[in-house]
Amino acid sequence: MMWPFTPAFPLQIWPSQASVGAREMDALFLTELGISALMVLLIFGCIFFFAIKYHRRSPNERPRPIRGGIMLESAWSGIPLLVFLVFFFWGAKIYFANAAPPKDAMQIYVIGKQWMWYVQHPAGQREIDELHVPAGRDVQLILTSQDVIHSFFIPAFRIKKDAVPGMYTTEWFRATTPGSYHLFCAQYCGTSHSHMIGTVYVMKEADYEQWLAGARGEPMAVAGGKLYVRYGCDNCHGRICPTLSRLYMQQVGLADGRIVRADDAYMRESILDPGAKIVAGYPNLMPSFRGVLSELEVLELIAYIRSLGTPALAGEGAGIGAGQGLGTAAGIAAPDAREQQGNQNATPPDANPHVTQSDRSSEIQKREGGEVRTQ
Amino acid sequence: MPEAAASPIHSRMKHQFETLAQQHHADTLGMWVFLGTEVLFFGGLITAYVLYRTAYSAAFAHASLTLDIVSGTVMTVVLLGSSLTMAMAVHAAHLGHRKTLAVFLILTIVLGLAFLGIKGHEYYQKWEDHHIPGPGFVWDGPDARAAQLFIYFYFALTGLHALHMIIGAGIMGVLLLQTALGRVRTYTVEISGLYWHFVDIVWIFLFPLLYLVDRHK
Amino acid sequence: MAASTEPLVGRTPNYLNAEHSVKSWLLTTDHKRIALLYLVSITVMFALGGIFAMLIRIELITPQGDLLSSDSYNRAFSMHGIIMIFFFLVPSIPATLGNFLVPMMVGARDLAFPRINLLSWYLYIAGAAVMLYVMVTGGVDTGWTFYAPFSSLFSNGRVTLTVVAVFIAGFSSILTGLNFIVTIHTMRAPGMTWGRLPLFLWSHYATAVIMVLATPVLAVTMMMLGLEHVFHIGIFDPALGGDPILFQHLFWFYSHPAVYIMILPGMGVVSELIACFSRKRIFGYGFVAFASLAIAILSFLVWGHHMFVSGQSAYAGMVFSILSFLVAVPSAIKVFNWTATMYKGSISYDTPMLYALGFIGLFTMGGLTGMMLATLGIDVHVHDTYFVIAHFHYIMVGGAVMAYMGGLHYWWPKLSGRMYPEIWGRISATIIFLGFNLTFFPQFIAGYLGMPRRYHAYSPEFQVYNVLSSAGASILAVGYLMPLIYFFWSMRYGPRAPANPWGATGLEWKTASPPPTENFEQPPIVLEEAYHYSDEEAPIA
Repeated sequence: MMWPFTPAFPLQIWPSQASVGAREMDALFLTELGISALMVLLIFGCIFFFAIKYHRRSPNERPRPIRGGIMLESAWSGIPLLVFLVFFFWGAKIYFANAAPPKDAMQIYVIGKQWMWYVQHPAGQREIDELHVPAGRDVQLILTSQDVIHSFFIPAFRIKKDAVPGMYTTEWFRATTPGSYHLFCAQYCGTSHSHMIGTVYVMKEADYEQWLAGARGEPMAVAGGKLYVRYGCDNCHGRICPTLSRLYMQQVGLADGRIVRADDAYMRESILDPGAKIVAGYPNLMPSFRGVLSELEVLELIAYIRSLGTPALAGEGAGIGAGQGLGTAAGIAAPDAREQQGNQNATPPDANPHVTQSDRSSEIQKREGGEVRTQ
Repeated sequence: MPEAAASPIHSRMKHQFETLAQQHHADTLGMWVFLGTEVLFFGGLITAYVLYRTAYSAAFAHASLTLDIVSGTVMTVVLLGSSLTMAMAVHAAHLGHRKTLAVFLILTIVLGLAFLGIKGHEYYQKWEDHHIPGPGFVWDGPDARAAQLFIYFYFALTGLHALHMIIGAGIMGVLLLQTALGRVRTYTVEISGLYWHFVDIVWIFLFPLLYLVDRHK
Repeated sequence: MAASTEPLVGRTPNYLNAEHSVKSWLLTTDHKRIALLYLVSITVMFALGGIFAMLIRIELITPQGDLLSSDSYNRAFSMHGIIMIFFFLVPSIPATLGNFLVPMMVGARDLAFPRINLLSWYLYIAGAAVMLYVMVTGGVDTGWTFYAPFSSLFSNGRVTLTVVAVFIAGFSSILTGLNFIVTIHTMRAPGMTWGRLPLFLWSHYATAVIMVLATPVLAVTMMMLGLEHVFHIGIFDPALGGDPILFQHLFWFYSHPAVYIMILPGMGVVSELIACFSRKRIFGYGFVAFASLAIAILSFLVWGHHMFVSGQSAYAGMVFSILSFLVAVPSAIKVFNWTATMYKGSISYDTPMLYALGFIGLFTMGGLTGMMLATLGIDVHVHDTYFVIAHFHYIMVGGAVMAYMGGLHYWWPKLSGRMYPEIWGRISATIIFLGFNLTFFPQFIAGYLGMPRRYHAYSPEFQVYNVLSSAGASILAVGYLMPLIYFFWSMRYGPRAPANPWGATGLEWKTASPPPTENFEQPPIVLEEAYHYSDEEAPIA
C-alpha cells in the first residue's frame, strides 16, 4: 500500500457555489448549522456545568426531586417544533422550485449506464462523462438509465437526481460562474461506481456558442425522424392509428375512460409497452419496440414527435410526468381529447422540416415495392 | 389452583408464571402478537400485488380468468367449514368432551388437507398449461409480462398461505395426539384455533383479490 | 461505590454456577444465560464488522483505490453494513441487556416464553452462520440496502444467500420482540403499574412493537428479492414491467423503523444511567415514557425521507419531510429531560455516566444533522454523500454503541458478579469519545463538499478529511479493545460485586450479584415509583 500523502492545499471546506440554487441552499444550510451549533453548545454547556456544579460531594447526598410541569415540557417541545416548521417550509420551497423546471429551460438528455454518463444535446452534440452548459441560462436535464439506478450529482450546483431505468426523472439549474466542476454518480451501481465521474463545464455565452458550433452529430429530432421512417411508424400513425402531429403535451382520452397527458413518459411507454394505454376508438395493434430500440433511440423518437408541434393550449413545464415508473400521472381534466384527435386524422406527419421530400418518397417507394405491413 | 380433577383436560403451570390465569393470558397475548406479525407479513406482499394490479388492471383481469373459479369457491367453502369444525373443537375442549374434541380435530385436519389437495391440483394445472413464471412461461396475448407478474403473485401469496396451512395441519395433528394421550390443554386448543382462524381469514382476502378480478364483466 | 465487604457473595448458588455442562448452556432456557450467549455472539459479529470497517478506513487514506480492487471494496462496505446492522445493532441491547433485565425489572422469574427466547438465539446463530458462509465464499456487493435492479439482476455476489441470512435473523428479532411485549404486559410484579415501570422497560416495549410490526415487511421484501434474483420474474425489473422504486418503498418501510429499534433501547439505558448517577428521578418521567411510544409510532410514517431524489413525487417528499421533523420532537424532549435531571442532582463520574453523557451530546449532534437531512432542499445536496454516513454513525455509534457500552459497564457487576477496573473504564470511555469524533466529524465536511458514499477512489480534495477519519478510527479501535480485555480480566481478578454497587433503584439491584437462577424467591411487591432516589429508604452505594 502506498503512502503518497500530498493533500490538496489550500484546504477546501466549502464546495464552490456555481449556481443560483447553490446560493439559496447554502443560506438555508448555514442557518440550520447555526441553530444546531447553538443547540449543541447549549446542551454540552448544561451538561458540563451541571456535572461540575452538582458533582457528588458526599456519599450520602440525597437531592430533592424536582417536579417538572406541563408548561416547561410544552415549551421545549413547542419551540423546537416551531423552528422545525420554519426549516420545513424553507426547505420545501427550495425543493419545489427545483422540482418544476422553467418552461423555456434548455433541455439536455442524460443516459446513465454502467459506468459512464452519456449526455446528448438536442442539437446533436454528444458527450461522455462531460456536460457543457452556458452560464446564466436555465438548463433542464432529463435523466434515465440503461441498466441499474444511478444518480447524477453536481455538488457545485447542489443538485442530485436518481437516473432510474424505465422512467425519466428531471432536475434543472441555472449556472452562474464559468469553470469546471465535479460530476459524480451518487447511487451505488456496481464495480466502477467510484469511477463513474466526470466534469461539468460552465461557459460564458459566447464560448458556449462556439462550442456548440463545433463537432456535432445529427440533431436528435432528425435522427428520430429517420428512425420513424425506418421502423415503419408512418405506415400506421396518421392513417389507422392516432396521428402524432401536435400530439406532444396534448390531453389524450384512453379506451378505459382515463384522460392522460402525452408527455415524455407517456410516449416512452407507448413505444415500449403500447398495450398499457390504448387511445379511445383505436385498436390495440401497435407492436412493442422493447429490446429493439435503445434508450437513446427512444429519446430521439420523442424529440422527433415533439418537433411535430404541440397543441395551442400546451400545459406548463416540460413533458416529464410525475415520474412514476408504473405509468404516467393522469392528466388534468381537459376538453374532450377525441375531438382534437379526430380533426387531425387526415394530416400526415410531414410537419418536420428536416425530413426532405426526396427522403420520404424514396422510403414510400421502398415500402410499396417491398413488404406491405398488415396489422 | 383448583382444577377439575376428574377432567382429563388439565393444565400445568410453567415456572415463570405466578398463576395459571397469568400463563393463559400471556399465551393468548403471545398468539395475538404473533398474528399481528403475520398481518404485516402477508400485508407487504398484498400491498405489492395491489400496486401492480392498479398499474396493469387489464392484464391482471385477463390473467385472473385462468384461475378456476369453481376450485376457488370450493376451497373457500372447505376452509370456512374447517373454521367451523375448529370452533366446535374449541367448544368441546371447554366442555371437557375429549372424544368430541378428537372428532372435530380430525374433521378440521381432513378439511385442511382437502384444501391443500385442491390447491395442489391447481398448481399442477398451472404447470401443465406452462404458466409457471420463469423461463418456461408461455402465454398467448400481448400482455405476457404483466400476466407473468400476476401468476407470480398468485403463487407467492397462495404458496405462503399453503405453507401456513401445512403448519396449521401439523399443529392440529399434535393436538390430536395430545388428545389421544389425554394430555391436551384447553387453552392450547383455543390458541391453536386462533391461528387456524387467522389463516382462514387470509384466504378470505386472497380469494377475491386473486380469483374475482373483474369477473362480473 | 466501594468494593464489596460482604463475604463471598459470588460463591452462593447463582445462575452462572448453577450447572457447568456445555449442554446446560446450549439448551438453557434461563433468560440470563441466553443473554450471555447473545453477548458472546454479538461481540464476535461486532469484531467482524469492525474488521471490515478497518479495511474501508485503511483504503480511504489515499484517494486512489490502491488497497482493494473495486469489487473487493464494494464487498467490504456491504459486509460491514449488513453485519453491523442486522447482526450487531438490531439485537445488541435488546438481546443482551434486554433479555437479562426485562424479567428482573418487572419482578418475574423469566420471560413469558423462555424456549422461544432460546429459539431466537438459535435463529440468530443460523443467520450469522449463513452470513459467515457468504463471507468466505465471495461476499455480497449490493450494499446493505440491496437496491434493485442491481441486486436482483446485475450483482454477481451471493445475493440469495445473504437475503436468506437476513430473513432468518429477522425472525430472531420478531421472537425477541414478541417475548418482551407479552412479558411486560402480563408479568409485572404486584404494584408495578405502568406508571412505575423503569424507563428501560418503556423503551424496550416501544422497541418490541417496532420489531414485531416492521420486521415481517423486511422478511417479505427479502423473500421477493431472493425470488427475483433466482427466477427473474420482473417484479423489480422495469424491462419486465416491474418498478425498482417499489423495492425502495418496501425496503425502507422496515429499515427506517429499524433505526429506531437500534436507538430506543439505548435511550432506555441512558435514562437508567442518568437517574442513578444523578441520584434523582428522571425529570418528566411521563413525557419520556410517552416519547418512546411516539417515536415508535411515528417511525412508521417517515420512510420516504430516504427517497427524496429517487424519482418519487415531490408531494410525497413534502409529506415525508414534515413527518420526519415531527419524529424529531420526542427525541428532543428526551434530551431536554435528561439534561434537566442533572440539575441539582448529585452527579458522579463513574464510567457508565461518562458513556451516558457522551450519548446525550453525540445523539444531539446526530439528531440535529438528521433535521438537516429531513430538510428537503438540503437533502438533495447531501443525500448519498459522507454527510449521511456521518449522521447515522453519530446516532448509531455515538449513540447506540455508547449506550450499549454504558449499559454493559453498569450492569456488569450484576451479570458477572465482578467489578471492572474503574480507572480503565474511564480511560477507555474517553478514548472512545475522542476517537469517535475524530473519525466521524470530518466526514460531515467531506460530505457537504460532495464526496459520495461507497466510493473507494475519490477526488484528492477530500483526502485530508479521510486521513483524519482513518486516524480517528484507529483510536476508536483501541478504545473498543480495552473493555474487551478488562471485562475478561475482571471475570477472574475483579473484586466481587455487592448486590447494589451503584446504590441504584430498580428490582434487579435487590438480587445478589450474580442473581440466582430464579431471580426472586417470591415476586417482589412494588410500592414506589421507579426512581425513588429521594426516599428516606432509598439505597445508597
